[in-house]
Amino acid sequence: MENAAALPFALRHVWIVLALPLLSFVLNGLWTCRKKESWSGPISTVLAGANWIFGTLCVWQWWKASAGLPGRSMVPWSFDWLTFGQLGTFRPLTAGIGALLDPISAMMVFVVATIAFFVHVYSIGYMREDPARGRFFPLLSLFAFAMLGLVLATNVFQMYVFWELVGVSSYQLIGFWYHKPSAVAASKKAFIVTRFADAFFLLGIVVLAWVVRSFDFSVLNSAAAAEALLRPVSFGFFEAPALPVAAALVFAGGWGKSAMFPLHIWLPDAMEGPTPVSSIIHSATMVVAGVFLSARMFPLFSAVPSVMGLIAFVGAFTAAFAAVVAIAQQDIKRILAFSTLSQIGYMLFALGAAAVCGGGVLVAGYSASMFHVFTHAFFKCLLFLVAGSVIHVAGNNMLSCMGGLRTKMPLTYLSALAATLAISGIPPFSGFWSKDEIVASAFQAGHPVLGTVGLLVGALTAFYMFRFFFLIFHGEARSDRSHAHEDRWMTFPIVCLAIPSLCAGILAKPLFESAFRPRLLPWVQAVEGTHAAFVPVAATLLALLGAVAAWFLYCGPKADVARALDAEHRPAWYRLVYRKFCIDEIWLFVVRRILFERVAAPIKWFDRKIVDGAMNLVGKSVVLAGWCVNALQNGSLATALAFAAGGFILVWLLAGNLFP
Amino acid sequence: MSSPLLLSAIWVVPLLAAFATLFLKRDDHLAVKLVHAVCHGGNLLLAISLLVSFLAETEGALPASGTVTQLHFAMDRIWIPALNIHYNVGVDGLSMLMILLTAMIIFAGVFASWGIRDRAREFFILLDLLVAGVYGTFMSFDLFALFLFYEVAVLPMYLLIGVWGTGRKEYSAMKLTLMLVAGSALLMGGILALYFGSHLQTFDLNVLSQYPFPRSFQRLFFPILFFGFGVLSAIFPFHTWSPDGHASAPTAVSMLHAGVLMKLGGYGILRVAMYVLPEGATEWFPWLILPIAVNVAYGPFVALRQRDLKYITAYSSVSHLGLVLLGLAVCTFTGIKGSAMQMISHGLLTGLFFALIGMIYGRTHTRNVDEMGGLMKRMPFLGVSFVLAGFAGLGLPGLSGFVAESTIFLGAFENPSAVVRGCTVVAILSIVTTAVYILRAANRMLHGPLPERFGTLTDAVWNERLAVIVLLIGLFGMGLFPGWIADALDGSVAPLFNNLVRAVVP
Repeated sequence: MENAAALPFALRHVWIVLALPLLSFVLNGLWTCRKKESWSGPISTVLAGANWIFGTLCVWQWWKASAGLPGRSMVPWSFDWLTFGQLGTFRPLTAGIGALLDPISAMMVFVVATIAFFVHVYSIGYMREDPARGRFFPLLSLFAFAMLGLVLATNVFQMYVFWELVGVSSYQLIGFWYHKPSAVAASKKAFIVTRFADAFFLLGIVVLAWVVRSFDFSVLNSAAAAEALLRPVSFGFFEAPALPVAAALVFAGGWGKSAMFPLHIWLPDAMEGPTPVSSIIHSATMVVAGVFLSARMFPLFSAVPSVMGLIAFVGAFTAAFAAVVAIAQQDIKRILAFSTLSQIGYMLFALGAAAVCGGGVLVAGYSASMFHVFTHAFFKCLLFLVAGSVIHVAGNNMLSCMGGLRTKMPLTYLSALAATLAISGIPPFSGFWSKDEIVASAFQAGHPVLGTVGLLVGALTAFYMFRFFFLIFHGEARSDRSHAHEDRWMTFPIVCLAIPSLCAGILAKPLFESAFRPRLLPWVQAVEGTHAAFVPVAATLLALLGAVAAWFLYCGPKADVARALDAEHRPAWYRLVYRKFCIDEIWLFVVRRILFERVAAPIKWFDRKIVDGAMNLVGKSVVLAGWCVNALQNGSLATALAFAAGGFILVWLLAGNLFP
Repeated sequence: MSSPLLLSAIWVVPLLAAFATLFLKRDDHLAVKLVHAVCHGGNLLLAISLLVSFLAETEGALPASGTVTQLHFAMDRIWIPALNIHYNVGVDGLSMLMILLTAMIIFAGVFASWGIRDRAREFFILLDLLVAGVYGTFMSFDLFALFLFYEVAVLPMYLLIGVWGTGRKEYSAMKLTLMLVAGSALLMGGILALYFGSHLQTFDLNVLSQYPFPRSFQRLFFPILFFGFGVLSAIFPFHTWSPDGHASAPTAVSMLHAGVLMKLGGYGILRVAMYVLPEGATEWFPWLILPIAVNVAYGPFVALRQRDLKYITAYSSVSHLGLVLLGLAVCTFTGIKGSAMQMISHGLLTGLFFALIGMIYGRTHTRNVDEMGGLMKRMPFLGVSFVLAGFAGLGLPGLSGFVAESTIFLGAFENPSAVVRGCTVVAILSIVTTAVYILRAANRMLHGPLPERFGTLTDAVWNERLAVIVLLIGLFGMGLFPGWIADALDGSVAPLFNNLVRAVVP
């Protein structure tokens, strides 16, 4: 907040970047949603466009204003939202809402605002015939609002607030077509799986707040916090050192949001929502939140090699796992969903590997991870938009209805080619530069195994992405194409996004290498590695190998397309991959058979039969006692006298014994 | 008119409304409802204006460092000289907010019961009695008067459920009343013990709280007061009256009961048991937290297997009120403040839940979620409101539940004792099961294909919309702008907390 008045206009009023999408949500949600559906698209798109311009302006002015600041980090706007401790005491625990601008958040603001705008434009075309589009646009704006609030968070509490809002808006959008039971199930799954992870995140925040007495990232990422966190903290059942436990708990939130194995199950199902939603979830708003969180907490996390090692392992495993699963899928959105998992895995393992680097932190790994977040957003958004367009034409998600779309949709075809080349990591497309840096950083940090995994997954990526590409656009048309055309509103964003897919890598590379340096704790050493020269060559060759293999199998003269489209009459291993290694079934078993039927049902039985039964028993025994006594009051003198005599004797005996 | 009189007017107005209703014609439903809409609307405005002047009075006040609750709009008149019983009313931040909550719930409740046809006069008169008792309890600082109001609030419930209820109404009404009266019996004993044990011949809470009761006395009587009030907050294992009672109760009664009456339990524990017997509290809470943790963690699991919407909501109340008690039991400043916030938040959201359930039941004639589906299509207003209430219940930021729950969790973690810590961890992780049962209910009811027989249902009408909107304003108001509520509570929690700390560190 230092000398806020001196800041340029956009920075002083950086709250506008949150207010515009919120305005779009409120305006459309309360007004156009019911009566004027046709207005909601244009209104929210104009506001998203304004937000894109304003967001870019903010980033630009931040870049100029922050030159001299440590870590280029500044908080131009913030206010106290809620005080938890007692007012007037020494530094009560306070949660604020504000905007923290530094390289990673500025990059994300730009990415989110850009993607949100293009997705809004695309949605005008995509949702044109949907009667519920009046509900769609406000939710899309809410989604963008939540993600912008998340990336701008000045403190971990604010991040959690918007983190949950991201979760709930994705829940609403995935279940947008709520009359479809599959969409409802998918939305519930997404919310509950991420909520499961968020519970640990919340616990992590509570632990951090208790030890450090602050939520602010500037305090949490400081040496003082790390020192305070060295002491053990009790969890009732056991005691553990605070730092690794808190870091692991906080990361657990990212684990779920970024859909890392085995919590990845919600993401492939999330395609039940309209395709623009998948596009924004996979590129900018939801799944990168976990990566962003890890990057935001990186200074603190990097002091805990065990947690960073966990992140690296989980990321690398998910990258490989998802790439394998993607090879056998028949649903084009599912292929893309698993490719997202794989790419997010790359980002996380770059972060993790960077921090476990022989006693120091490899700067290049951190910047490579952020670089991949940046490039991935554009080409993945583009790929989903392409998928939406071809689904519009083919009327179905399945590869079996695609084929031969090249001639009908030339612009889409070329843009898809750019994005496919980008994600496959073929130079000079954007994905090559960032993925190359990730793999290279893994080798530099002294993790040849991780680096090799990265290289091999690169080959797999090229293979499944070209399979996707060839089976959609090449070959014979496998369904009716008489109405196939390119919608203007849908093609415009696709073509626009092809530009960053082509050149974002080469243009932004110097920027990421110079500006994206993690701020480290004083005792953590920054390591500048030397770039391994064989990595780009090997990566490119492997990617080409994957692409050529896909050509032979799915497009070349000897391709057997019918076999490629058949997932049932295949060997057992293929069917296992097609079924995604049955992870969903295992989860379903745990939840339904164990949690519902073995835990919740007995608890309910216990409550209704034992606890309530005991209460009823008390009631009944009182009634019974009353009935017994009642029987004595039958008006017979003999009974009354008998009891009187009996009572007298009893009292006499007792009194004799008690008071001798 | 001066503010102390205005404060007393808050509980007198409902009685005046009841009195006026006596003179209306038996079947003039509209007049009855209009009288109540005007009276309770006026009361709501009165509560708001009192809150505004309360905030103006406390603006910029130094944080309270004493151990005695500062009363605003206080009035103290001797009532029964022989026993030194006073009519001693006043408010602090907590009471003021609870009074406002009550005013909102009853206002919404009147509009939610707009369609009542059966003996409307008597129904509203009993409702007035109930709410007058609630108001009185929240503003009394004389234990005798407090207990009297408390009983006035609890007893009309029997008739309201027994006469206007549905299902097994006689059984439920009997069960609810008997269990609550058993709690009252404990309370009566506890209060008399305080009166005679102190040798001060006073029922004044502020005086009694400063009297150093011997440790053995506190050890004996704290659990009596705790369980006496706790029954009303559905503490495990004395919670089973709540699902049956709510399931049978008519809409407005469920709203008032879950929304306000159940808070009297937590309020009483804080205001009486912990305030007067601080040493007993600090000694007992490490053990009493165990049944409380059961409330929090076990309610959601039971709710998971329920099909009746009212049972689901009742068990969610069991869990949410468990959080109220958890915040008290951890004996930290933040925890107590969070618990006060949770009382308000839960009052609003469960009031909204029961209002919506009543409205939906009025259309579908079933409360079984398995028999519903796709209702969002026919009743978007009620559907969206139900989803919002659900989100508030599962602690979504922006709605009131999150603010309260996060405050409780942060406060609970400040208590380093192993048992408390363990219970806190369990409570935090239970937000997952809460999400599961709420989404399960909302999805089954609102989403999916619409059964044919619901094809002609209509959305909310004006009076229902008004009731829902009042409560939604509360949910959003607290969720988006929690700062002023937290600050208003600061001044009232501080003396209670200081008194508690004094017990630990003499």
